[in-house]
Amino acid sequence: MAAKDMREPIESGCPDPWQYMHPTMRKNFGQWKYHEHPRPGVLRHVAYSGDEIWTVKAGTQRILDVFTLRKLCDIGDEFADGFVHFTLRSNIEYMVTEEARVQPLISALEDAGFVVGGTQNSVAMISHTQGWLHCDIPGTDASGVVKSMMDELIDEFRNATMPNRVHITTSCCQINCGGQGDIAINIQHTKPPKINHDLVANVCERPSVVARCPVAAIRPAIVNGKPSLEVDERKCICCGACYPPCPPMQINDAEHSKLAIWVGGNHSNARGKPTFQKLVAAGIPNNPPRWPEATAIVKQILKAYKEGARDWERVNEWIERIGWPRFFEEVELPFTKYHIDTWRGARASFNSSSYIRF
Amino acid sequence: MAIEKHHTPMLDQLETGPWPSFISGIKRLRDEHPEERINSMTNDLLGQLEHSYETRKGYWKGGTVSVFGYGGGIIPRFSEVGAAFPKSKEFHTLRVQPPAGNHYSTKMLRQLADSWEKHGSGLVTFHGQTGNIMFIGADTPATQHFFDEVNDYGWDLGGAGPCVRTAMSCVGSARCEMSCTNELKSHRMLVNNFTDDVHRPALPYKFKFKVSGCPNDCQNAIERSDFAVLGTWRDDMKVDQDEIKKYVKTKGRQYIIDNVITRCPTNALSLNDDDSIEVNNRDCVRCMHCLNVMPKALHPGDDKGVTILIGGKRTLKIGDLMGTVLVPFKKLETEEDYESMVELAETIIDFWAENGLEHERCGEMIERIGLANFLDGIGIEADPNMLAHPRQSSYIRLDGWDEAAEQWFERQSEQRAAG
Repeated sequence: MAAKDMREPIESGCPDPWQYMHPTMRKNFGQWKYHEHPRPGVLRHVAYSGDEIWTVKAGTQRILDVFTLRKLCDIGDEFADGFVHFTLRSNIEYMVTEEARVQPLISALEDAGFVVGGTQNSVAMISHTQGWLHCDIPGTDASGVVKSMMDELIDEFRNATMPNRVHITTSCCQINCGGQGDIAINIQHTKPPKINHDLVANVCERPSVVARCPVAAIRPAIVNGKPSLEVDERKCICCGACYPPCPPMQINDAEHSKLAIWVGGNHSNARGKPTFQKLVAAGIPNNPPRWPEATAIVKQILKAYKEGARDWERVNEWIERIGWPRFFEEVELPFTKYHIDTWRGARASFNSSSYIRF
Repeated sequence: MAIEKHHTPMLDQLETGPWPSFISGIKRLRDEHPEERINSMTNDLLGQLEHSYETRKGYWKGGTVSVFGYGGGIIPRFSEVGAAFPKSKEFHTLRVQPPAGNHYSTKMLRQLADSWEKHGSGLVTFHGQTGNIMFIGADTPATQHFFDEVNDYGWDLGGAGPCVRTAMSCVGSARCEMSCTNELKSHRMLVNNFTDDVHRPALPYKFKFKVSGCPNDCQNAIERSDFAVLGTWRDDMKVDQDEIKKYVKTKGRQYIIDNVITRCPTNALSLNDDDSIEVNNRDCVRCMHCLNVMPKALHPGDDKGVTILIGGKRTLKIGDLMGTVLVPFKKLETEEDYESMVELAETIIDFWAENGLEHERCGEMIERIGLANFLDGIGIEADPNMLAHPRQSSYIRLDGWDEAAEQWFERQSEQRAAG
């Protein structure tokens, strides 16, 4: 089609939410006084004006088909006021202004198969990536892992009985788009990329692939008479950073791309500064369709945290109090030399004191 | 015409169990949607996904797809096994920017659903990790048709590639007593100032804005954005002593001591004998914990503003980085206040576009050139709030010390004079 027949885009950018916001939110914008947590899945916010908003939060499958989306809209029209809000973790929230309207809304959501919960000190919906459904570099699936895990953790989503909130994330490669979490389940490749040297010259911008490597393990080479790239396998850390810009450097491996579990990522400033997650378990089989081994370890960690942490302690704070040696005991996971950091700044993670718990 | 359904024994197992199943949703599109195009597209999608489950490998490849006038905003996906699953061999995602704070009316959602099933697969996610509405599954011509339709009634594409990305902000002032700022306004002013940089990727790498209304940082701005805006306050927190006494009465003294007083990271709280509390506001770092425990009794102060941190990001390439405090406190009241924040973002992005290496995030550039050089580059003076502690290494030339110390005292007296 000739350019003159093409429609120019309207560069409107990020839309103004005011037009889609619940009227009680608009009226009391910036004028909220306090909130309460009457029951799991429900929040009650009270404004200085005396107005109230009762929020009902529900978990969904996140990958919504239009039937499900319309069902969520039907519930919003019939039981709420036709407005919804989505949370960071893809939960849907409905707002009503009287307590009497809360239970019918909860019933409608649960009758339709959605799960009311995810508030306060619950295990929140797992925030996740795209996996085999849509990503170009995935080592595993995302939605399927999350569905399997949430099936097992549904009671912890429904009941707010953890010491504090628990954010779980999953990522289908080591770039970790899923992000930091109290518990993170991520792919960890264990073998260097397998290179199809016949394709590299045609597919990859070689200098930028060389530059992408965090440990300078990639160098240009002539292989089979063609320009290609080679990897110094003694240096390679199997991170997969070269694979997105150069698909012939296949890092994913049905056998050797494993799952690893990390704990203690916490982005709140409450009680302590934000923290990054730390490695606790690796070598877990990437085992579709249900990934039972990974789920079992997550449940072990959650059980120990629930039993051992004090009120308000997030996973990282609980471990800081009891110490890492005891953490490994409590969750019955092995401690290995691979837990010792080797990256820049590693020294800061060593124990340079006589602080030892017995 | 009935389609030949792929057998999906592994995916079928994801239809059992109590959590809502995305597989059941995709099957509904395959089995119940009136449009044959959607039936066969989702059928082949399930076929390819089952193949991934069997072989434990992904089969999508990227490429180049865009709408007229833009260079980004679409995540192109071409199947490597398209011969076996031809109806979903092109399965692109359109990233559409949500309204700031993710508020929707059902009317608007229905309108989007109607447009999407006309052109795409019928699968959509609210929202992806970057904060976009993800319309998953359209072939190349459909991306343009769908975009044209939704763009006409107020929606625009987000960022993909080395560009300013879609921004994110928490629910904030709309429904949260902790909010210290108008998140929506910061969110929209920042990202919409860079619309050109969102749609035409030409930066070293991605650049993300995220806004949280308070230091609880529900938007994960410090860990996941290059430019993090966090609401805060700088006067005294507000204390309703009667409500405090009610908490003590309800929960007991020990609970308040163990869960509030001793949890304060700077020991700024003490419980008086009459069950009121004492707050040493000079020591308070606004961590939010005591407000979280007693939201009825404690509130942010009146002199509200924001803290701005720069350079947060995920792993690639040098490892995870938290944002670093650049502006400890900034008032955001007048239009000029907001404009000066946008100007700061422009200055930072310009400096980084000029000095960042290819595929180097802003925080990685700061790591490489040093924070002091970055501050020089963007014309901001060093401030002790930017650091956890001053330098440990004595390996530095200090021959400009006297001059720098002089400047510090000058700035101090200027600030005192300005009140």
